[in-house]
Amino acid sequence: MKDFGGPVIFLDRSDINTDEIIPARYLTEVKKEALAPHLLEDLEIDGFDPKGDKLKNAKVVVSRANFGCGSSREHAPWSFEVNDITVVVAENFARIFRQNMFNCGMMAIELSKADIDRIFELAGCSDVECKIDFAAKKMVFTGGGKTVEQSYELSEFDASLVEAGGWVEFADSRY
Amino acid sequence: MPKNITQKIFESHLREQPFEGTYVLDLDVVMCHEITTPVAIADLEWREKDRVFDSTKIKAVIDHVTPSKDAKTALQAKILRDWARRHDIKDFFDIGSNGVCHAIFPEKGFIRPGYTVIMGDSHTCTHGAFGAFAAGVGTTDLEVGILKGVCAFRQPKSIKVVVSGELGQGVFAKDLILEVIRQLTVNGATDHVIEFRGSCIEALSMEERMTVCNMAIEAGGTCGICLPDETTVDFLWSFIKDDYNNDRDAAIADFKKWHSDPDAEYTKVIEIDAGTIEPVTTVGYKPDEVKKLRELAGSKIDQVYIGSCTNGRLSDLHAAAKVLIGNKLHKNVRGIVSPATPKIFDEALEDGTLKIFRDAGFCVTNPTCGACLGMSNGVLANGEVCASTTNRNFAGRMGPGGMVHLMSPASAAASGIKGELCDPRDLV
Repeated sequence: MKDFGGPVIFLDRSDINTDEIIPARYLTEVKKEALAPHLLEDLEIDGFDPKGDKLKNAKVVVSRANFGCGSSREHAPWSFEVNDITVVVAENFARIFRQNMFNCGMMAIELSKADIDRIFELAGCSDVECKIDFAAKKMVFTGGGKTVEQSYELSEFDASLVEAGGWVEFADSRY
Repeated sequence: MPKNITQKIFESHLREQPFEGTYVLDLDVVMCHEITTPVAIADLEWREKDRVFDSTKIKAVIDHVTPSKDAKTALQAKILRDWARRHDIKDFFDIGSNGVCHAIFPEKGFIRPGYTVIMGDSHTCTHGAFGAFAAGVGTTDLEVGILKGVCAFRQPKSIKVVVSGELGQGVFAKDLILEVIRQLTVNGATDHVIEFRGSCIEALSMEERMTVCNMAIEAGGTCGICLPDETTVDFLWSFIKDDYNNDRDAAIADFKKWHSDPDAEYTKVIEIDAGTIEPVTTVGYKPDEVKKLRELAGSKIDQVYIGSCTNGRLSDLHAAAKVLIGNKLHKNVRGIVSPATPKIFDEALEDGTLKIFRDAGFCVTNPTCGACLGMSNGVLANGEVCASTTNRNFAGRMGPGGMVHLMSPASAAASGIKGELCDPRDLV
């Protein structure tokens, strides 16, 4: 199983699409590692710097609704993976992106808008951290002296994919 | 219990439910292209599992960047080509015989009603036009599909979109689907199949149904789906007539097993009167930001692009040519047309359609996805604007800093002549 948790980066916009996560011009790469420098390169949000330390250090992304919409490219989760980001927390995800995350043994965690709003209250703080207890399905966000505790749901299937390390591992032992 | 078409397909293809709510389906067709497949191939090699579950059920094409534009894209093509040869995949389409995946695979009769289909491409939803469950997936799902012939999905939920009436003059299937996306919004159909019903849908050709289903993903839909009928039978006839002993009525009757039951359940039902739809286009960078072209008249464009898995079929080229005949592109506009398959190219060449494009000043390119996702054959420069028949208008999609307005081929042609966004009914 992968490691989950660590420094958090907030991406405060809905509908962040796969072209913004990894532009199509990098889809000519056949090695996942080659995607690493281009993560979120075309994303334009006030205060966000795709080349900044905040993204470089992040292990967890927190965003809004319909995260990962658009293309089916698994290059989007891979771009996170090769940058050691293994968790994206959002109100909801595009189906293919969400499935791709779990298929890679990573987590796409869906929370209600109210819960996401609560976590975003930490967005102004520097050095927000997220600790994840996979067995207990609990996240604890800390930053600026504040703490936000958050439980989450994973389907049995999604949890099994995370535990197996991905869909190839799960399917290979079963079909 | 009454079931809709998607539930019937799931039931008939269920390998197992490993957990409640998770459906592992047997696959009828696994389609591959050179952008998303090579990493799956490399991973299978690395795992020492370089096998395919059934080489007759795997279809492969080089379509996104073709002919290859540089060493990297040449390598992607080579990986797919070598793999197809190694596994004796007969339905592999290389340079010279290749076309845009979602146009060439249906043209070859690979998609049948009731089938389950996956591809590492989000616009795989196109094939629902045949009454198949067809879903875009990532590379890992594709890899397991290639190796094991299965794919996992959540419990299917459906939204029914009932379109009655007739599309008016100058209004096309593209305008219809853009109106549906406007109403549903970009994630209104997430985790749902959009089932297209009603007299207007029944009257559409297979090409038009493919245009409609193609953009289901732009509302977040897993698949767009139409009920298979006489139109479906006629499109597939040359491929299926032996299966039905040349009895067309028997085929029509058989396809009805995939029809939704009258009391089947839907999360939501949307009703649209086709007669109220006008020529539209997108503004901004999300496909649900849809406006009437007449409200945007005067907005300048730099390029017209006609092609893609949405609108690169023969009837699309005909619709554009009808507007272009006797006209020239505006002096500040360049035009690019990419017939979506070699067959479409040949037919458009033979019936004079490509001559009309050439006379209007268009560049005719080979079949390719190229410009749609900003990879080749018509990429925009920063600040440029394209009237395009493609399916996605994300910021920078057709080139960094470029802007795309999605519209029908007739609207794109009219806009090209005018040099600005133009309702095809207003071209004088």
